[in-house]
Amino acid sequence: MHWTNRSSGPSVGAVVTASAVRSTVGQKMLMAVSGIVLVLFLVAHMAGNLKVFVGAESFDHYAHWLRTIGAPLLPDSGYLWIQRTVLTAALVAHVWAATSLALRARAARPVRYAHRRPVQGSYAARTMRWGGVIILLFAVFHVLDLTTGHLNPVGDRAHPYANVVADFAPERWYVTLFYTLAVLAVGLHLWHGVFSAVRTLGQRTAVGERRARLAASAVAVGLCAGYLSVPFAVMSGLVG
Amino acid sequence: MNLTLRIWRQAGPDVRGRMVAYQVTGVSPDMSFLEVLDMLNERLTLEGADPVAFDHDCREGICGACGVVVNGVPHGPQKATTTCQLHMRHFRDGDTIDVEPWRARAFPVVKDLVVDRGALDRVIQAGGYVSAPTGSAPDAHALPVPKADADAAFEAATCIGCGACVAACPNGSAMLFTAAKVTHLGLLPQGQPERQSRVLDMVAAQDEAGFGGCTNTGECTAVCPKGIPLETIGQLNRDYLQASRRPARSRS
Repeated sequence: MHWTNRSSGPSVGAVVTASAVRSTVGQKMLMAVSGIVLVLFLVAHMAGNLKVFVGAESFDHYAHWLRTIGAPLLPDSGYLWIQRTVLTAALVAHVWAATSLALRARAARPVRYAHRRPVQGSYAARTMRWGGVIILLFAVFHVLDLTTGHLNPVGDRAHPYANVVADFAPERWYVTLFYTLAVLAVGLHLWHGVFSAVRTLGQRTAVGERRARLAASAVAVGLCAGYLSVPFAVMSGLVG
Repeated sequence: MNLTLRIWRQAGPDVRGRMVAYQVTGVSPDMSFLEVLDMLNERLTLEGADPVAFDHDCREGICGACGVVVNGVPHGPQKATTTCQLHMRHFRDGDTIDVEPWRARAFPVVKDLVVDRGALDRVIQAGGYVSAPTGSAPDAHALPVPKADADAAFEAATCIGCGACVAACPNGSAMLFTAAKVTHLGLLPQGQPERQSRVLDMVAAQDEAGFGGCTNTGECTAVCPKGIPLETIGQLNRDYLQASRRPARSRS
């Protein structure tokens, strides 16, 4: 290795906070924070979903209550639109940073190895990018299916319970299959994502590494189990 | 042992390269990987052919000059071992071994297996130092350092700057290298005055050199001949987060 003396010595002064988000570390932090916002939403969404096991009335009542949160201070669905705005912003930030970093990574190795062996990276870590694309496509389908009702066989916005039951009916097995694959993709994504986010935000001890792994596993397994319980309960006739 | 080496041959930086197969006979299991390349080069020289260019210096595993990708793994199959300390007893007679240079945009090929790792020097130049005049070595206990910090700093300081982390990283990131230096200096009292500008400027230099970003896959630490732990990257992230909250701390 050789030393090249290009700089004429350090000079104090430049403001760097504006450029932080353009650095690879800054973009990773943006991904971590926006990812955590999205995970918090997933936890709340799953808790709401589980109301399906209490009964049609409870589930529908919950869905209607979401529109009246903050009333009378907020207009009808006011809170929902605030949440949708925050989630969209988080999603855009997450996808933008991921795309930027992925393009950068691709450019960082213009000549590929003739012989390449994966050494240690987990399946979850290696599939973050394409897994993310699958999850994004599913999210679009999911909103058109169970939020707007355009792709739902019932599509009755007043009775979401009926929409869910119709959606996961045994003859629409392909919807259940897509849903299952997407939820598993989310689980894999978070298994690496949560662990990675914690380190990106400054986790730096061996004990912390183990705790972060454990937390990531708990989030991934918990969310998968919670989300998958609904379609399988409908399929098996437990909910109907 | 008789081996087939498939080696990346590239006459110069702007020339197209390709894998070329060489039969090497009479290899002793006690030879190091570089000695096999020496043996091949001796023969190529006698035949009037161009010997294979590769970097090496101390051949004791401490300088960081050597390093090639052996069968897809930087420094070869032995854990925590540089290429010069990799012995042929870890291969079998008749093996075909692929030998390639580090692959990264920031490490352009100079010739064959030699790459220009000046990008790592530029990362160090950006802040990987302590600019206080230190004079002669101080008394050992003149400046107390907690044992745990001293151990962690020493562990990070064992980085030899070989660039295997970059070669292994699916993103071509130098994060483990930069994090090792940030951790090493950031844990010691002498490193405190420049701690914030150091992390900002080293990350900026690393990005500017064309390295990719870290995705925490851990490929780097798996091939690191010095076993630099991934926690150093968490330390870098923490320092970066703290430094970014305060403006006007960069030196560049």
